[in-house]
Amino acid sequence: MSQSHRLMNGGRIDRSKQIDFYFNGRLMSGYEGDTLASALLANGVNLIGRSFKYHRPRGIVTAGTEEPNALVQLERGSRTISNMLATRIPLYEGLDASSVNCWPSPSYDVMAVNGLFHRLLPAGFYYKTFMWPVSGWKVYEHFIRRAAGLGKSPEEPDADTYDKMNAHADVVIIGAGPSGLSAARAAAATGARVILVDEQTELGGQLLNETFEIDEKPAADWVADVEGELMANPDVTILKHTTAFGYYDHNFIGLLQNRSDNVAYGEDGRTRQRVWRVRAKRVILATGAIERPLIYSDNDRPGCMLASALRAYVNRYGVTPGKRHVIFTNNDDAYRSALDLKSAGAVVACVVDVRKDPSGELVSRAIEAGIEVIDNSAITGVLGSKKIRGIEIMKLTDDGENVTGKPRTISCDTIGSSGGWNPVVHLHSHSAGKNTWRDEDGVFVPGDTLQAEAACGAANGSFSLAQALNEGDFAGIDACSKLGMTAKKRPAVGKATADVDETPWRTLWYIPTTKPAGQRGKHFLDQQNDVTVADVQLAAREGYRSVEHAKRYTTLGMATDQGKTGNIPGHAILSAALGQTIPQTGTTTFRPPYSPVTMGALAGRAVGEFFDPIRRTPMHDWHEQAGCLWEDVSQWRRPWYYPLEGESMQDAVSRECLAVRNSVGMLDATTLGKIDIQGPDAAEFLNRMYTNAWLKLAPGKCRYGLMLGEDGMVMDDGVTSCLGENHYLMTTTSGGAPRVLAWLEEWLQTEWPDLKVYLTSVTEQFATLQLAGPNARDLLSEFTSDIDLDPEAFPFMSWKDGTVGGIPARVYRISFTGELSYEINVPASCGLSLWTDIMNAGEKYGITPFGTETMHVLRAEKGFIIVGQETDGTVTPIDLGMDWIVSKKKPDFIGKRSLSREDTIRDDRKHLVGLKTADPAEVLPEGGQIVAATRPEPPMDMIGHVTSSYWSAALDQSIAMALVKNGRNRKGDTVYVPMKDKTIACEIVDPIFYDPEGSRMNG
Amino acid sequence: MFLITCPFCGEREESEFSYGHEAHIARPENPEKLSDAEWADYLFMRKNTKGVHLERWVHTAGCRRWFNAARNTHTNEILAIYKMGEQPPKEIKAMIEKGKTS
Amino acid sequence: MVDAYRLRSPLAHLGLEARAHEDSELSGTGVVMREIPYRGLINIRGDVKDKNFVDAVQKAVKLSPPVDPNTVSGKPTTTRIMWLGPDEWLVITKPEGAERAMNALWKNLKVDGLHASVTDSTHARTCIEISGPRAREVLQKGCALDLHPSKFAPGQCAQTIVSKVGVMLIHTATARNGDPTYELYALRSFSTYLWTWLEDASQEFGLKVG
Ligand SMILES: [Zn+2]
Repeated sequence: MSQSHRLMNGGRIDRSKQIDFYFNGRLMSGYEGDTLASALLANGVNLIGRSFKYHRPRGIVTAGTEEPNALVQLERGSRTISNMLATRIPLYEGLDASSVNCWPSPSYDVMAVNGLFHRLLPAGFYYKTFMWPVSGWKVYEHFIRRAAGLGKSPEEPDADTYDKMNAHADVVIIGAGPSGLSAARAAAATGARVILVDEQTELGGQLLNETFEIDEKPAADWVADVEGELMANPDVTILKHTTAFGYYDHNFIGLLQNRSDNVAYGEDGRTRQRVWRVRAKRVILATGAIERPLIYSDNDRPGCMLASALRAYVNRYGVTPGKRHVIFTNNDDAYRSALDLKSAGAVVACVVDVRKDPSGELVSRAIEAGIEVIDNSAITGVLGSKKIRGIEIMKLTDDGENVTGKPRTISCDTIGSSGGWNPVVHLHSHSAGKNTWRDEDGVFVPGDTLQAEAACGAANGSFSLAQALNEGDFAGIDACSKLGMTAKKRPAVGKATADVDETPWRTLWYIPTTKPAGQRGKHFLDQQNDVTVADVQLAAREGYRSVEHAKRYTTLGMATDQGKTGNIPGHAILSAALGQTIPQTGTTTFRPPYSPVTMGALAGRAVGEFFDPIRRTPMHDWHEQAGCLWEDVSQWRRPWYYPLEGESMQDAVSRECLAVRNSVGMLDATTLGKIDIQGPDAAEFLNRMYTNAWLKLAPGKCRYGLMLGEDGMVMDDGVTSCLGENHYLMTTTSGGAPRVLAWLEEWLQTEWPDLKVYLTSVTEQFATLQLAGPNARDLLSEFTSDIDLDPEAFPFMSWKDGTVGGIPARVYRISFTGELSYEINVPASCGLSLWTDIMNAGEKYGITPFGTETMHVLRAEKGFIIVGQETDGTVTPIDLGMDWIVSKKKPDFIGKRSLSREDTIRDDRKHLVGLKTADPAEVLPEGGQIVAATRPEPPMDMIGHVTSSYWSAALDQSIAMALVKNGRNRKGDTVYVPMKDKTIACEIVDPIFYDPEGSRMNG
Repeated sequence: MFLITCPFCGEREESEFSYGHEAHIARPENPEKLSDAEWADYLFMRKNTKGVHLERWVHTAGCRRWFNAARNTHTNEILAIYKMGEQPPKEIKAMIEKGKTS
Repeated sequence: MVDAYRLRSPLAHLGLEARAHEDSELSGTGVVMREIPYRGLINIRGDVKDKNFVDAVQKAVKLSPPVDPNTVSGKPTTTRIMWLGPDEWLVITKPEGAERAMNALWKNLKVDGLHASVTDSTHARTCIEISGPRAREVLQKGCALDLHPSKFAPGQCAQTIVSKVGVMLIHTATARNGDPTYELYALRSFSTYLWTWLEDASQEFGLKVG
């Protein structure tokens, strides 16, 4: 296909570099420097897709980020992205885009039937639908689901990678148009660290679309000069093709950088997109302005564009959007489009101006250039649906609320409308900045803000080039001077050559036809969400007075473009319908993101192996080679069990359990939290934190402790050893270690700063090898000559220092399995070596490595709790039957008072009990709900739940623990666990199933 | 993402800190002497201020020290940072008083 | 002192030595990384306003604990003390000096009338050294601290986060050409994740294992 709408000369494209691309499967070509939108227009394509609700044909409206219509599905498969703006996609070789929201093609769309039944789909349609009878919903859901939604989500994992970068700057300048460049230049001259951001692939902003001159040169030359100057400064970072998508508390800004100039694919280990997390001392918003459309009847037809977009395509891309253009305006600026089109050789049918006798300099120039100017008139109709054939215009009444006289038809295929410009205040609004209404031209300009921020140029409502250059310069100097930085030599401010004075706009929010809104064509406000003037008026009639409510009811401004073009006219029309002023109605709050951000970019590299750290013990590789399966315990990866070939999990766990009960097994217990406690008040501190008594623990001895929250609920447990005078080592659960240390520190620092205690985490200093089983002593004795293992010399609940395998070690004789057990602590770097040696030496005993599952079974046989399994934050020590560890003598400890609250002394609290199934082979499901009596079907009164349940190989029966209402007093009762397909009966028993006297572990 | 000035380490990003709770809630001297209602008040009841709020933070990923902050919960301005055991600056107290009366 | 054959560093399983050998001819890389294991790391706590405490530290390791936040005293080639908090420091020694320093600190600080703590964490952390012209950029991908040399100069340190991992970070030196060298002391269990993440973040600049 030829580039039928391409000009022979001009523009910032490179005609020597042809680029081939596909749109809806058709091969077309454009040039380097094109966007997808400009290339499509060059090929005469301006039917891009169908609208969201009515499936009306839609085309390109703008040349930038404010685009409401030209959304495409870019690429396919694992690289597909939906809702990409054709106006923001730089053309690249092989680009493959297709229309969204239409089937089978934009020119013949099955769902366009919605348009015929549009009375079914007024404002609030979706909300009202939910209030229809439930039976009706079933019918409509199918219809709505197909009609709604823009584009398709990818169905494969994203093939690209994304990352993040943290940055800091004295001054961050958002927008590199004339004001932003001026600001950057002024700020950089002071030696400030500057970050200059622009969403386009080139610096220059609006200058790229215009024919302006600065300092008697084409503006592009001035841009190039400034860019060169900034590039030479090492303290300036220029980020092109980067969108500031959010402006957050404390001057924190989110930027999305496209790192590949040709959009898509990262190469050379580079990521495709990068999120910059920027902290700025000062922010300058030089975000420019967005032209707003005039809201006339059927203003959504393909070919209805913004006036500024017409000249952007001509000046920047060498493309004429149509063959016969009409400009429809309320201001002088739009005449620039007429003049630029004309001088590029394009046909301008006329300028329709809503003002009476427009008289500005630009108007005169248009008339001199032979362009017909029709004043005091309105477009009352657009002829054609997929393509414009012409317009109908009529004279306006003096108040602008009606049209009068005879209609005149003008043939054209493209309309560029302009209702003035809106400063881009989105970012200012993100960070809770207020916007102020400026009545003379009807715009919101940035007002008060909490942030260290200023706006300049068009973003500040100063629309002329000269104003932009000067305000930018001032903003740069001012920002730096507030940071105490000044330039030794100030750079010259760019001078706009032949800046033209413009005459005032005529604010006319709604362009009337001969009938009320909605009865003769549709006046679209929000083209992406298909919200019309009639919808907003309906919302007002139905009583929506708050702009926030009306917005949600009509969905005005809630599409991916966030109403960049239609919001302000929408608010104006709502205000008019409510009979109040726009400031009275207020404006909605803009929220991040300014434009859509891919989920992949927000995740960055924190996907797959980088999603969350995996903590490895020193023996990790051994476990892996032994073929263990892993259990995640907080961030730790612990061996779960070590299956031999052909073994099921139950086989493996039973084998491991029996090995420990009958001979010897070894567990990697490195992950247990360890906190070193030193200081003269250490014992007193432990006494306050634990429920039992700690003042008399002698060096060399260990004691089990239970820690409560101030609410009396069990929080953590572990063994603490006295290492010497005023020196203790506390162990915590693996998952609870950081929380417990933080908890202890909080009390020390905030409540008891007078206590002389220092806490230091030593979890990772040691590798902990737990040797358990009747042969543990004999095996250990092979490795040590300086530790007396005789039970008299080294009894249960004590520790000794010495060497194990020639390595300095501290050995604790403590047990979580109920067997004779030693926990050998050696420097972490030696863990693997000692583990391997002990495994080798233990072969004669059939030493068996065991994992967390076996540990859980063994401790459950003994009735030992696991915090977080038997407890859930609502369980007191009394509930657990552990009142033996709660001191009655201590006047106070954390949580004590709560144990005598009305709720905690109830006698029908849930108690920890054991459960014995009627059929010993039946293993209860953990989490199973317990009832006292069954009924044929739910609901049944639940009296508790199963907390732990295992097959006990040692006892050849199932065992379980449960929390049951008043369970301690129900011993011997039969209770039931109803399942989907059966009910399991069990007897309430004591939770200690194995060796209740403790002779094995004490022996 | 706040920028918080640790009184010991200086300015750090919020992600390095953990929020505690309302500041200046002292543990009762003699819990056993309190009624259930009084104890519950200490244990559970916290202010839900719109405006200047005195609260505790800890520099979890840094020096592990607790400190107090006066933060406007409406604007998220951090108006003052002061150490444990210290009282909020006079001007903060004045702001809180003013907030109560207005 | 433990026999060397008993020791295995946290990153040994990554085969870094072999890779360093392979990479030794590489030039023009943006980032150089290596593991420096087994340095003596001794955590001390005490009141820096208490002259006895400062004297005791000085006596034990011939160096005073730095009073200025986020600074390191001493030279990288010998013994250093890193500020960790208002009453907490990390004494860093060469591997062979670890045991002696630990004993000396214990002997001098754990005396009657002085409230101080001494805790050996030599094996709790390993050191990842990262240097080269793009080293700062690599760290900034995962660290929100401002590492610009005007804000984080040689001799400065911080406890902070690099990609979800808490680290003790030191800017050890700046080369004549401006290339920085940093040390990251991470808990050993996290060090594989951290190394792998840093390696991934370095790819686009060219990485050499040193
Ligand atoms: Zn801190």
